[in-house]
Amino acid sequence: MTTRRARAAATTAKAAFWVVVAGLLVAFPAIFTNTTVTSIAVFAVIYMAAATAWNSFSGYSGYVSIGHAVFFGSGAYTLVLIASDNHWPGGYGVFTLVPLAGLVAMVIAVPYGLVALRTRRHTFVVVTIAVFFIFQLLAYNLKFLTHGSQGAVTPTPPWIGAGYNDRFYYAALCVLAIAVAISVGMRRSRFGLQLLAIRDDEDRAAGLGVRTTRVKLSAFVLSAFPVGMIGAVWGYFLGSIHPQFAFNALFDLSIAIMSFLGGLGTISGPLLGGALLESLQQYFAIQYSQDNLYLVAYGALFLFVIVLLPRGVIPTVAGTLRSWRDRRGQVRAGSAPGPQPAGQASPARALSAASSYPAGGDD
Amino acid sequence: MGTQLVQAVIDGVLTGGVYALMAAGLTLIFGVLDIINIAQGIFVVLGAYLSYVLWTDVGVDPFLGLLVTIPALFVLGVGIEWAFIRRLGERDRVTMSILVTYAVSLIIEGALDIAFGTNVVQLRPSYATSSFFVFGFYLPHIYVYGFVLAVVLLAGIYVLLYRTRFGASVRASLQDRTAARLIGVNVQRVSTITFGIGVAVTAAGGMVFGTTNGFNANSGADLISRLLSIVILGGLGSIGGAMGASLFMVVLEDIVATVWSPVWSPVVYFAGLLIVLSIRPVGLFGRAAARAQ
Repeated sequence: MTTRRARAAATTAKAAFWVVVAGLLVAFPAIFTNTTVTSIAVFAVIYMAAATAWNSFSGYSGYVSIGHAVFFGSGAYTLVLIASDNHWPGGYGVFTLVPLAGLVAMVIAVPYGLVALRTRRHTFVVVTIAVFFIFQLLAYNLKFLTHGSQGAVTPTPPWIGAGYNDRFYYAALCVLAIAVAISVGMRRSRFGLQLLAIRDDEDRAAGLGVRTTRVKLSAFVLSAFPVGMIGAVWGYFLGSIHPQFAFNALFDLSIAIMSFLGGLGTISGPLLGGALLESLQQYFAIQYSQDNLYLVAYGALFLFVIVLLPRGVIPTVAGTLRSWRDRRGQVRAGSAPGPQPAGQASPARALSAASSYPAGGDD
Repeated sequence: MGTQLVQAVIDGVLTGGVYALMAAGLTLIFGVLDIINIAQGIFVVLGAYLSYVLWTDVGVDPFLGLLVTIPALFVLGVGIEWAFIRRLGERDRVTMSILVTYAVSLIIEGALDIAFGTNVVQLRPSYATSSFFVFGFYLPHIYVYGFVLAVVLLAGIYVLLYRTRFGASVRASLQDRTAARLIGVNVQRVSTITFGIGVAVTAAGGMVFGTTNGFNANSGADLISRLLSIVILGGLGSIGGAMGASLFMVVLEDIVATVWSPVWSPVVYFAGLLIVLSIRPVGLFGRAAARAQ
C-alpha cells in the first residue's frame, strides 16, 4: 500500500530530521567559536530546556503556570549557596550539584502543586504568580540563607573564553536532553493521554476514571525537575545570583510565550520557540541595551506572531503541509470530489492532533 | 502599639479604597470578557505618568487632570480590545489573553522606560504631604481625597451597572455570554465598552498611586500581582468581592507591617491568599460555578 510506504518514509524522514538537529546542537560550539555567539547559544539552550519542561506540564494539561521561576530560582540558589558557603573550588565538581538542584525543585513542587492544583485554570494562573512572589520575597528577606539583595557568588571555574562557554553549553544540552526525554515519554504514555484529556475536558476526564489530581500533580512535579537543574546551570554560568534575576517574572512569561510561539503541547514547539526567541532577545539586549528598546521590540514581535499565527508555528506549518499533501494525494488518486476522509497517514497529523482538539472543552 | 494599630487600620482602609477601584476594573473585565488582563498593572503606572506629565509640564492639578487621563485611558482600552482582544478565539482564551496582554504591557513598559528613565518619581501636589489630625490620628489629605474619589467612582460604576439599560446588558454578559447573545444583547459592543471602563478606572487609581508612592516603569509587576490576588480572593467576576478583598488585604498588609516588619508584609499578603484558597478554592466571596474552570 502506498499509505503504508508513505508512513514508513515519513517516519524515517522524521527520525533523520531529529538526528540532524541533535547533531547540529552537539556540533554547534565546534562550528561557531565566537564567544558572543556561544554565549547566546548557552542562553538559548537554557530557555529551550526550561520551555520544554514547562510545556510538559502546562502545554499538555492546559494549566498555565506563571510560577516555574520558583523552580528555576530554587535550583540556582541550591547550587550557588552550597558551592559558595562550603568554599568549593570552581571546576567540574560544582556540576555534581545540578541533579540535586533538580531534586530540590521537585520537593518544592509537591506542596506548591497540592495548594495550587486545588483551583481550576484561571485561579491556578494567579496562585502560581502569588507563590512566585512569595519565593522572590523570601530570597530577599531570608538574609542568613540567601544573603538577601546583595546576592551570592559562585566559585569561579578555571576556564576562559570559548572554553568557558562550551562547558556550560554542553551542561545545558544534557539537561535539555533530559527535558526532551521526559516530555516525549509523557506524550507517548497513558499518563500523557490522561493529561490531554484533562486539558480537553477535566470534568469528563474525571468522570471517565482519570485520577485528575494525582495526574496533574505528578506532571507538575516532573516538570519541575529539569527547570531546577537548568536554573542551577544558569546560576553557575552567570557566576553570581540576585533575587530579582533568579526569581524573574520575565522568565515565566518568556517560557510560556516560547512554547506558545512554537506550538503548545508539541515536542518541537518549545525547542523552536526557545531557540528563536531567546536568541532574538539576547541579540536585542546586546544591540539596544542602552534604552530598553528591546522590551518594545520583544513585545511587538510577540503581538505580531499572535495575530498572524494564532496557533503557533509548528501546528500552522504542519496543518499547511497536511492540507497540501492531502490535496496532492487527491489529485494523484484522481478520486471523487469532496474532502477525503482523514487517514492517520502523516506524522504531522499525529503531532498536531495534540493541539487540534475541539473547541468545546474550555467553556 | 494600640494607637499604631488603629493608625494602620485607618491607612489600610483609605488605601484599600483605591485598590478596590482598580480591582473592580480588573474583575469586571474578567467577568464580561472571560480574559485575564495582565496589563492592568502597567495601565495604572501609565495613568500615574500621565498625571505626572500634566502636573509637572502643564501645571494641571492631578485631580483636575483626571478629566483628561480617564478618557485617554478609556480610548486606549477600546483600541486594545479592538486590535487584539477581539481576535482571541474561544479556544485557550484565557491563556492567549494572558500572553497578549503581557506583550502589550511589555511594550508600554518599554516605552515608559524610554520616555522617563528608571528614576523613581512621585506626584507632589501641596496636599500630598499635609494631614487632617482627628482624635490623635493622622489622616493624610491625599489618602482621604483618594478614598473619596474611589468611593465616588465605584458608586458611578454601581449606578451604571444596576440603574441603566447598558448595565443590564453588562450583567447579562457577566452571567452568560452565550445566553446574553441569544436574548439580543450586543455582547461585542458590551465587551469593548467594558474593557474601556475597566482600563479607564486605572487612570484614577494610577493618579492616587502616584501621589502616595514613588513609581517607575517597573512598578507594574508588583501592582498586577496584588490586584490579581485581590480579584481571586474576592472571587473572579465579583465586584463586591473585589471591594471586600481589597480592604481585607490592604488592612492585613498594613497591620503586619506595623506589628512585625514592612519587609515581611507582602509575604503575609500572598500567604493569606494561599491559605484562603486551600480552604475555599473559589475565594472568599466567589460562587462555585456549575463547571468551574
